[in-house]
This record gives sequence, structure tokens and C-alpha cells, in this order.
Amino acid sequence: MTLQINLPGLVLKNPIMPASGCFGFGREYSDVFDLNQLGAIIIKAATKQSRYGNQTPRVAETSSGMLNAIGLQNPGVEAIINQELPFLSDYDVPIIANVAGSSVEEYVEVTKALTRTTTVKAIELNISCPNVKQGGIQFGTDPELAAEVTSKVKAVSHVPVYVKLSPNTSNIVAMAKAVEAAGADGLSMINTLTGMQINLSSRKPILANKTGGLSGPAIKPIAIRMVYEVRQHVSIPIIGMGGIMNAEDVLEFLLAGANAVAIGTANFHNPFVCPEIIQALPGVLEQYGFRSVEDAIGKGHEHGVTNFSRA
Amino acid sequence: MINKELLTIVETIQIAKETIKMRLQGSEKIKHAKPGQFVHIKVGNEGSHMLRRPISIADVNQDQQIVTIIFKVIGSGTDHLSKCHVGDVIDGLIPCGTSYPIEQITMDKALLIGGGIGVPPLYYLAKQIKEQGVEVTSILGFQSSEHVFYQSEFAELGKCHIVTNDGTHGFQGFVTDVIDQLDPTFDYYFSCGPTPMLKAVSSKLQDRNGYISIEQRMGCGIGACYACVVPTNDGSNGFKKICKDGPVFEANEVVL
Repeated sequence: MTLQINLPGLVLKNPIMPASGCFGFGREYSDVFDLNQLGAIIIKAATKQSRYGNQTPRVAETSSGMLNAIGLQNPGVEAIINQELPFLSDYDVPIIANVAGSSVEEYVEVTKALTRTTTVKAIELNISCPNVKQGGIQFGTDPELAAEVTSKVKAVSHVPVYVKLSPNTSNIVAMAKAVEAAGADGLSMINTLTGMQINLSSRKPILANKTGGLSGPAIKPIAIRMVYEVRQHVSIPIIGMGGIMNAEDVLEFLLAGANAVAIGTANFHNPFVCPEIIQALPGVLEQYGFRSVEDAIGKGHEHGVTNFSRA
Repeated sequence: MINKELLTIVETIQIAKETIKMRLQGSEKIKHAKPGQFVHIKVGNEGSHMLRRPISIADVNQDQQIVTIIFKVIGSGTDHLSKCHVGDVIDGLIPCGTSYPIEQITMDKALLIGGGIGVPPLYYLAKQIKEQGVEVTSILGFQSSEHVFYQSEFAELGKCHIVTNDGTHGFQGFVTDVIDQLDPTFDYYFSCGPTPMLKAVSSKLQDRNGYISIEQRMGCGIGACYACVVPTNDGSNGFKKICKDGPVFEANEVVL
């Protein structure tokens, strides 16, 4: 059975890729399994300058998930290009670089730098990080700002641009349509939902940043609903993510309309989860009557387009 | 290389208040675990416990392929683990993190300073350096007498001084009080315990050679997620990952 999927800029051996921020720059997981098995790798967010990120604690466990507030820690785009990308270029896996910033100019500059390289095959435009004070999510909740940053990044990028949408908005379809109209080649969705957990003894939020992004199976139904809604209103491909733990979850995202998927939090629970899902996927597709990944995409919509009461 | 091991519980016993000693048998790969390293243990399932729990290695029996862990029940993950039975199989990533670099240093005398649940990794260290002919002195701090464990085990390997915060066992006060009172001689010190203790110890012994081992809430446990970072002390605005670059650091290498 073929698992291959072709997306703008990307020929994927299979639709499975580790999500940005959950896989570093690949080096650590290369000690765990052969990275060549992956469909693609979305590397950790790059900003223009290095960022230390938030104070610790930066993670807290929740029911069926976790909160994180790392704060876009990274060594800066030039250090990523010089120190991390050469290692990844030795693998036969397309690299998608996640780009973050505090201003439109920063997004543009980081994109310019990354697309100078031949290793980066696509950009994931991070307009949805909930854990930094400036930038990130403000671009992800205002359709006009989102469209502006998308079109300016598109103008300088030599590779396709996937815009990563935030679920922390009342109308994700409006966001998706705005970035599609601004020239986005694809979408990736969803980023984390803002949450908080308070320790009863200390009476303080567990995370030093107080709030963090909720991920894991707890948010999967929200992600599925959002992918499903967006699929009915845009035609560009979607990389779906949010709480995927196994091959059945992958199929659910494909049915909702995702063209490929990213695996995030599950990597922490089981560092072998990506290769395990890749191995299990053909059997699951076959079990539910599909002959390929392509065959399953959007098949959850067969009853036709419905009007959502909340759309 | 980190391995995912299926570990069979061959013994589980409460050795002090809220403190469990567990012996886990695995494949021959676990023999390579070194003092200071940890096991990243999956407890429950993804619904109950998404994140693994980093538990330090207290001892390794290379012939029987058994690692000993000692942990305190402080939350739902360790509570869940404490309720596992002999014969249960648990999933652990092992070995994780760095170890005390005992093969790279030469010393005649070592001072081990442990606090509470920071005591366990020092036991395997004490055994290994004692075998190398190093004279070991231990100062172990606990909250009170009911929390004390492994006194006789450490006493077999050298001088062992116990201190409790409330004075119900051994000295009263903190490990640093005992260092003041006894002024022990040593070439290197090794310390593991809560951050305030490590801070006090490393500032008291700031001109001495030593290694500390620190703990933090972790995500992946292999260095990819940047959850457990600590700033470096060299003014470079740099950082270390506790799970990958640590948990063992040269004293004063990082900002506590």
C-alpha cells in the first residue's frame, strides 16, 4: 500500500511528521530511531535573535494532555542554519522550518534567511504561539494581520508557506480564508489552546509563565472539528495535528480533511511513536476500507457540505 | 544510546515515610547505566499520565540485570508507580542523562552530600568509587527520623552522618551545618538534593571541586523539548538541558 502524499514543495514518503517544538532539530531523536523513516520533520521555531524562553517549570501534566510554556527558545536563525540544518541535510527527509517573530519584519527576515538554504523545503509560519508576550498569537487571532504577514512572507519565500493556525479564536474559518486569500500554500492546524493549572498547596500556577499551551488527546476533538470546518471552506492542503497518539487518530484527521499530520505531545509519552504509527498505518487504512492515504483524505465529508450553526 | 526497556518489578518495598524502593529487571543493556543517570518511566497511560517520570538510579546489579530506584510519593505519577506490584512490567527509557564523571577524575577522598530523595543516586556512586579505592564520607539530610533511609547501606561504604531538620535523628539542622561542624577533608564533593540545598552547598564549597545533580519537571527526557533548561554561569546567556546535558553538572557550571 502506498503511503506517499504530495503537497506543495513536499514529496512525503508517508503523511507522518513530528510537530514543531516537540522534536527539537532532530538530533536527539536520531539516537532513538532512523529519521529517514519520517514523512517530514517540522523543526523548532526560529526567530531572528536567540531566545532563552520562559522560566521553569515549563511543563505541567493535565488530564489526557499537558501544558507547555517554553517560550520559543532557540539559538536564532543564523545558528540554526549553520549548526542544525547541516546535520538534517544528511537525511532523505524534507525539512519544514517553523518561523516565528514579534513583527512582520522579523517573520520576513527569518524566512529570507531560511529559504536561502536548500535544506528547507517549506516554511511553517507560526502565527499562533500562545507563550510569548509579543508577536505570535496576535497575528493568529486577527485575520487582517494574519493576511498581511502571510503575503509579505510569501513575497520573499522561495519555498511554499504553510500557515499554522491558532485555535484560540472564535472563528477559525475566517482566519483560514484570510491566509488562503493572502497566498498561503497550505495550513497547519491546530496549535495549542491556552490553559492554566494551579497547585493547591502553593496556591500558584504550576507554570512559571502562569499560562501555557494545552496539547495532547484532550484537544483532539477540537482539532478534528476545526480541520473539518476549515476543509469545507478552503482548498489548500491541511497538515492536521492535535493529540494524535496512534494510526487510528491519523485516519480520523484524514477523514476530517487533513492531507498529512503532525505528531507532537505523543513523542514525549513514547519517543518511538512516529515510526510505530508509520508501521501501523497501512493496516489501519486497510481495516477501514482504504487503499492509500490519498484515498482517505476528506472522506468524513461524504454527507456533503453542511452549514454549521456556529460558522 | 537510549533504550526503551520493559522492566519487570522484582521487589517493591516501603523503606521510609512515603519512600519506595523498587528493583527492576531488564535486558543486559541496563547494565551500562552509570551513577547519576536516570530512568524515564511511563506510568499509567496517556489519559492518566502523559508525561514520563524521571527517577534516578540508586543501584545496578550487573549480574542479575537489575536496577534499583528509590522514589518519594509526591504526586499522582509516583503514587501510581508506588501501587505497582511485583511481576508488573513497566516501560522505561534507560539510561538517560549524564553520569558523575568518576572515570575522568582522580581522588583519594570524596564527600557525598545528599538531601531527601537526592540521596539515592549517591548510593550507586558511593559503591563505584569505593571499589576504586576512594575513601567515602557521606552527609545525608532528611526532614525527620521517619524519612531516613539507607543509613546502614552508606555506613558500610564509609563514614555516614545523618542530619534531620527537626533533630529527631542524628544532627539537627541542614547538611551545611554538618559540613561546618565536621569540616571533613575531601578532594571532590558530589551532591544531589533539592535546589535550595544544592545552592547552599555549592556556595559554601565554591572554591572546591565538585559535581551536583539537579532535578526539574521534564518533558521528553532526551533533550528535544527544552522544558528542563537551566542557565549557565559563564555570562554567555547560555543554557543547559537538565535531561540531556545533566542531570549531573560541575558545581557552579549552572545558575541554581
